[in-house]
Amino acid sequence: MRNIFIFIGRYFNFFLFLILLGISFAILIKFNQTYEAFFANNSNEVTGWVDRQYNDIEYYFRLKDANRQLAEENARLRNMLASSFDSPDSARIIKIDTLTKDTLGRVRKFNFLPAKVVNNSVSQEFNYITLYRGSNQGIKSDMAVIGPDGIVGRVILVSDNYSRVMSLLNRNSRVSAMLKKGNYTGILDWDGKDPQYVQLHGIPKSAQLNKGDSVLTSNLSDFPSGIMIGTVSAMSIDPSTNFFTLQVKSSTNFFTLQYAYIVENFLWNEQKKLETKTPKNQ
Amino acid sequence: MSNFLKNIIRFIFFILVQAFILDKVPPLHQFIKPCLYFLFILWLPFNISRSALLLVSFIFGLTLDYFTGPPGLHAAPCVIIAYIRPFLLNILLPQETTELSYAEPSIKSLGWAPYSVYVVLLTFVHHLSLVFIEWMQLGGLLFFMGKVAATTAVSLLLIFVTEMLFYRKAKYRTNKA
Repeated sequence: MRNIFIFIGRYFNFFLFLILLGISFAILIKFNQTYEAFFANNSNEVTGWVDRQYNDIEYYFRLKDANRQLAEENARLRNMLASSFDSPDSARIIKIDTLTKDTLGRVRKFNFLPAKVVNNSVSQEFNYITLYRGSNQGIKSDMAVIGPDGIVGRVILVSDNYSRVMSLLNRNSRVSAMLKKGNYTGILDWDGKDPQYVQLHGIPKSAQLNKGDSVLTSNLSDFPSGIMIGTVSAMSIDPSTNFFTLQVKSSTNFFTLQYAYIVENFLWNEQKKLETKTPKNQ
Repeated sequence: MSNFLKNIIRFIFFILVQAFILDKVPPLHQFIKPCLYFLFILWLPFNISRSALLLVSFIFGLTLDYFTGPPGLHAAPCVIIAYIRPFLLNILLPQETTELSYAEPSIKSLGWAPYSVYVVLLTFVHHLSLVFIEWMQLGGLLFFMGKVAATTAVSLLLIFVTEMLFYRKAKYRTNKA
């Protein structure tokens, strides 16, 4: 026993090295599972506070862009308002209000919560975004995040006042997308090369494609369907499979992102519950 | 200013520079990522004990991880270079005298050639381990070699500029004071 202590004492630094290295790897590997319970609350609050101070300064330089984006979005949404449409028969007026259920029996599925972007990176292989809105404001993990111009990512960590979003520009991000023309669905991911372009896989060769075709979120994803992702900028055929690989120019400008909307899907739990109930061997 | 206070300020400074300046630079290419933060570990004083060096580096790496990327990604390479540092310094400083007369590694205390070897080797090891961790998740030999080479070159350039801009006065310590 004494010899063991002497041995450990002599090589203490080496063991310390191994232990610290082990901890780093353990944190890295377990990031998605136990990290949440361990560190999320405290560290996210602290770094979130620093990020917010930084963003308060940076924000002034982006005001012009943010204003333009929000004004454009307002214009687009105003055009979609029920009151902008007039029909010859004025006997019927359709109104959608903010209640969960309206008088026509429609169920509200999505709720949009605006959030300020306080930290954002585009230069890593794994990019994350921090939003100034957390569990106190009703954010849960796995919620979808969209920007004024298109989709942004998905919430992965939540603390009291901040939430961490896995950006679309993350090698682990996968989004189900479809082409507006023809409704072909595929999987959208990012190859880590250029922050302006994301890749769409799994579009069959038979699809008729043109440059500039719109790519939208499909109805399979947990994003609201039909939200803009980007436009096709280049096509190449994967020689090993029968599918296209499309370069999609992201409509969200990740360099100037200032505001995002966190999308709450009220029916998500119900859908998941039903899907997990599916019998295995039928 | 005491050594301790100076290093605390450096700690905060390097984290802020890396997280809010270098990581905000729009990337030129997938491989070219400016990276300077680990210079903090290279500049730590000679007389820090080896276990303290390891712990400080680990905390430093982890702090940076909370600002950028998944936690543990930068902590592991930091611990690795902190472990190698004393061995390398032992080889590069044959005489005991340098360690006694200067506070920390710098061009003046080590001399041009040994200091360059020290910086180049640790930078290379740092990027080798950092990219290796990424590569385990992503794969691709070209990605691995290209990124190690490119990031090492960019880092060396940044370190060179930093050394020129922030000339550290290396005090020669004598018994007189």
